[in-house]
Amino acid sequence: MNGITLILGLVTLAGALASVALRNLVHCALGLMVAFAGLAGLYLSLGAQFVGLVQVLVYIGAVGIVFIFAILLTRGGGSESGSLFSTSWAVGGGIALAVTGVMAAALLQSPSLDRGSVRAAGPTVRQVGESLMADYVIPLEVMALLLTAAAIGAIIVAMPEKGDPGAPPQPPPG
Amino acid sequence: MLAFLQSLLQMVWKTVTDQPSPKSLFLSHVPEEWRPLVSAFLSVLPIVMVFPMLFALTTVVERKGLGRIQNRPGPNRVGPAGFLQFAADGIKAIIKEDVVPRAADRVVHFIAPLVLVVPVLLSYSVLPFGRNLVPIDLDTGLLFFFAVGAVTELAVFMAGWSSRNKYSLLGATRAIAQMISYEIPLILSALTVVMVVGTLSLPAIAEAQGPAPGGWLCRWHFFTPWGFAGFWLFLVAACAEANRSPFDLPEGESEIIAGYYLEYSGFKFALFFLGEYLGLFAASGLGITLFLGGWHAPFAFLEGWIPGWVWFLGKLVALILLFIWVRGTLPRVRMDQLMNFAWKFMLPLTLVNMLGAGLWHFLTNPIARWGLPAVLIGGAYVVLGRGLMPRSRVGPRVYRYAD
Repeated sequence: MNGITLILGLVTLAGALASVALRNLVHCALGLMVAFAGLAGLYLSLGAQFVGLVQVLVYIGAVGIVFIFAILLTRGGGSESGSLFSTSWAVGGGIALAVTGVMAAALLQSPSLDRGSVRAAGPTVRQVGESLMADYVIPLEVMALLLTAAAIGAIIVAMPEKGDPGAPPQPPPG
Repeated sequence: MLAFLQSLLQMVWKTVTDQPSPKSLFLSHVPEEWRPLVSAFLSVLPIVMVFPMLFALTTVVERKGLGRIQNRPGPNRVGPAGFLQFAADGIKAIIKEDVVPRAADRVVHFIAPLVLVVPVLLSYSVLPFGRNLVPIDLDTGLLFFFAVGAVTELAVFMAGWSSRNKYSLLGATRAIAQMISYEIPLILSALTVVMVVGTLSLPAIAEAQGPAPGGWLCRWHFFTPWGFAGFWLFLVAACAEANRSPFDLPEGESEIIAGYYLEYSGFKFALFFLGEYLGLFAASGLGITLFLGGWHAPFAFLEGWIPGWVWFLGKLVALILLFIWVRGTLPRVRMDQLMNFAWKFMLPLTLVNMLGAGLWHFLTNPIARWGLPAVLIGGAYVVLGRGLMPRSRVGPRVYRYAD
């Protein structure tokens, strides 16, 4: 483990801790963003450029903004009162320990540990693109159709109905 | 010592004359373990020196130019013809009191300007400024540029939310809505170049726009039907991404005072200003690299003996002047016009433009290759432009007065 990995790991951990331990929901979302950025840095330092950059583009640029808008639109971003710890913390801790144990066992048995620390860079963007556009083009198109249907559904749900007294006034034409 | 100075001078000379590997001789005088750090420092230093200076000069030229457009002198007191105004403004920004509202979230309020400026400066690291002047030759340079640019939305939100001011929050939500809407046409119009050139590396894209063997004109993408349409779409989207007039609703000084940086003063305000302009320059630089030939000259006979960075900077200055001209000419759009323009006009046009780029890539017959994309894109432009016009009849203007 070199210095860069250590620093990025600590940043990711600090962001993740902040996202569960802080009282203000917006601060939690920003802490989650720090954790995302640290993960992106880890991917980049491992040579997975595409995954690292998409992590920033999708998680910080899109998912994070959606989180923040959801917080602002629902609770106004106020601070949470009451105890920080849930009453069922023992169950939660047990589940967390079990998950960590299973993952550690899987990692220790994984063949990737035997390959040593020096590895060739992962699949390039060209390889990712070629397999997406050649081998997996039909799943990709199905996903695109699904997302389009979801977007249309969201618009229909949000669209004001005719004669609805609560509908916002239409903007003037032009 | 003398050899060290000589290598330093040679590095500067090689950089100015656009020769390959300008840093190599200088780095051989540096101890082995320090080389990566010194090399990175030497790449960063010109960016941090040149572009903030360009920003300072742009503020003066912009104020003089807007003054000229609005028939007034503009700044004319500090230095020759007012051209040292930026120094006075900079000193004023540094020595001003840094006022933070009592209700503000102090930590987020402090970090927000840094989160804005640092990613913008990072985005310069993949732009090819000259034939051999690329800070990092990244395989995924274009993706890096857009990924880093996505962070500015977060900075805008942090600034608007942490100020605890309803105008700030309103400005921030406006800015984020605008940035998300115009990011899609921005990326889709840049994607046409990736489709045709077949790489995400920005130096390779610039390289591909050199003169054809035996030809007199350089093969800028701007000189193709899809590239012409793509460049203007890119420029409009970049203008909206940078919150510049006529898309400066997030600032809206007549309605929400200054938007998300309302509660910032002194040097933090200057940082927001700097970040906004540096973002505009970076987007212009990307547009130059993608469509206007990067560091290539327009004609083959100009290639080679004039260094590439001269062309890059010349094109950048021309685009900045164009943005100033637009700011002085066009009125601010309304919110519904802004969203309609992004989703009903820009987005379909960029999709049609991608189809045009695909046709250009696969057709071989020169007439079909030029004609089909041109007809397709021009037809879509006319149909969309006409179809989205309000159905109302245009007649003499009727004035209504309050009785």
